[in-house]
Amino acid sequence: MSVTTLPPLAPAQRQPGWIVRLFDYKPFLIVMCLTPAIGLLAVFLTYPLGLGIWLAFTDTTIGRKGVFVGFENFQYLLTDPLWWNAVFYSVVYTGIATFGKFALGFWLALLLNNHFPFKSLLRAIILLPWIVPTVLSALAFWWIFDPQFSIISYLLVDVLHWRTTNIDFLGMPWPARFSLIAANIWRGIPFVAISLLAGLQTISPSLYEAAMLDGASAWQRFRYITFPMMMPILAIVMTFSIIFTFTDFQLVYAITRGGPGNSTHLLATLAFQRGIAGGELGEGAAIAVSMIPFLVFATLFSYFGLARRKWQQGESND
Amino acid sequence: MTDTVAQASAVATTPPDTMAWDSGLRRLMMIYLPLGCFVLILLFPFYWMAITSFKPNAELMNFKDHNPFWITSPTLAHIKHLLFDTAYPRWLWTTMLVAIGSTTLSLIASTLAAYAIERLRFRGSPYVGLGIYMAYLVPPSILFIPLATVVVQFGLFDSPLALILVYPTFLVPFCTWLLIGYFKSIPYELEECALVDGATRLQILRRITLPLAVPGLISAGIFSFTLSWNEFIYALAFIQSGANKTVPVAILTELVTGDVYQWGALMAGSLLGSLPVAIFYSLFVDYYVSSLTGAVKE
Repeated sequence: MSVTTLPPLAPAQRQPGWIVRLFDYKPFLIVMCLTPAIGLLAVFLTYPLGLGIWLAFTDTTIGRKGVFVGFENFQYLLTDPLWWNAVFYSVVYTGIATFGKFALGFWLALLLNNHFPFKSLLRAIILLPWIVPTVLSALAFWWIFDPQFSIISYLLVDVLHWRTTNIDFLGMPWPARFSLIAANIWRGIPFVAISLLAGLQTISPSLYEAAMLDGASAWQRFRYITFPMMMPILAIVMTFSIIFTFTDFQLVYAITRGGPGNSTHLLATLAFQRGIAGGELGEGAAIAVSMIPFLVFATLFSYFGLARRKWQQGESND
Repeated sequence: MTDTVAQASAVATTPPDTMAWDSGLRRLMMIYLPLGCFVLILLFPFYWMAITSFKPNAELMNFKDHNPFWITSPTLAHIKHLLFDTAYPRWLWTTMLVAIGSTTLSLIASTLAAYAIERLRFRGSPYVGLGIYMAYLVPPSILFIPLATVVVQFGLFDSPLALILVYPTFLVPFCTWLLIGYFKSIPYELEECALVDGATRLQILRRITLPLAVPGLISAGIFSFTLSWNEFIYALAFIQSGANKTVPVAILTELVTGDVYQWGALMAGSLLGSLPVAIFYSLFVDYYVSSLTGAVKE
């Protein structure tokens, strides 16, 4: 009996090396495990964030260390029509694109929530615009928006005969702005739809059955069951969407680079133009920092605005 | 005749939803038609990209004599130009290197962090988790200018290593959050058994927790790979020399030359640059969708 149990015990009783014991010491292990992640984030995220705010108060340029100039950069921005232009377009871009993405994405999610053949294949296909590098699909849009050989113009002029001239998508301010918004909506629909679909699938069918028994119409079921139940997930997805639409860079940089006549600059592309391409690091950083209040406001608005209604719903139900 | 009238009245009197919804025509109009439009619009740019890359220039610039939606004489000239006359293979290689490097780095960092937060519970571990997650809300557009100066300070400007080190800033928060969810789903009893049997913490992580968390690791891995393949603004700001550029940046800055755009080559470059991600994605679709939805639900 003892002979059979002894051999397995022997290795455990052997005195482990000090390294092994050190790695079994919980506080040390916790520090070791957290160091890579926290270290990376501290050096390449927290420190640059602080540095960016500091740079915004200096007149640093590429190759020259700046000195503290207080609010000079911001005062300059307030008098700069291009900055106001970028603020205006960033807000318009975020507003319309977010609305479009969520309206169409929610619709697509509701459609996908039905039963039909090849559903998983379709779901996989629909995510493609989100998977493919944005710049590369933006190039495809650039080609689609070409002034001479646009396929949309071809359809409208030569096939449908609705127009007699090609549309100059990117040559004039407003058409260019809306073309970019359309591309952004196109890219954002899949993410919204798939996220909301996941939310839709968590709603218990018994709620709908109960409502149907009570004689609720399809619209009433959507308005009083689907929509309130989706509020928490809508709040999260919308917060993300607003943050990343407001700070969008790739689409605009790839398709118009802020043109024509600086009319389609977003704050991010303006910051790049001034900060990296123009070398005025301090001013670029100030433009980037000027995005923060908008982001905080949008986040609070979308998160608490939508989440609170859900709590009210919950309170009244309890 | 009376039968049909009776049927019609029966249809009219039953609750409109159940009957009408299941009828074929209505289903076609309400579901398949809009769905078809969505798929058409979502996929059209890719079709257009693909068809442009195989069109000879004559067809590309002449919609009057050639149907633009089809190719009459397909050509590989654009792809050949791309592969042999430009540094495209080099750009692909750099992008691959950066994507694999940053994915590996962030997987290691976030596995350890998620394990510490979820399994080595300590005071304040939820706050550390929340802090890491908040980092995901800081968009790269705010960070790229100060990060450029940091990269220069470290002497990494114009080096792919800079990208490998910087990409984890948006990969680690996401992966950590995803893996915390996966670790939560692994029964703690398994680890306790191993502890009783005399395993060290690291052995438990390596032999028990990690093998069980493989689906989570795959999800986090493919997500990171795609995100780093797609990253643009850092790669644009930190890389100067043509040879070290990643595919998205290089196509935009090296292939767009002059006033006459080489649409064939541009679209071929976009197609080739999208294919690796698309193939990678098609292999792991289910992991991908589950990680996307899982992360949102958390």
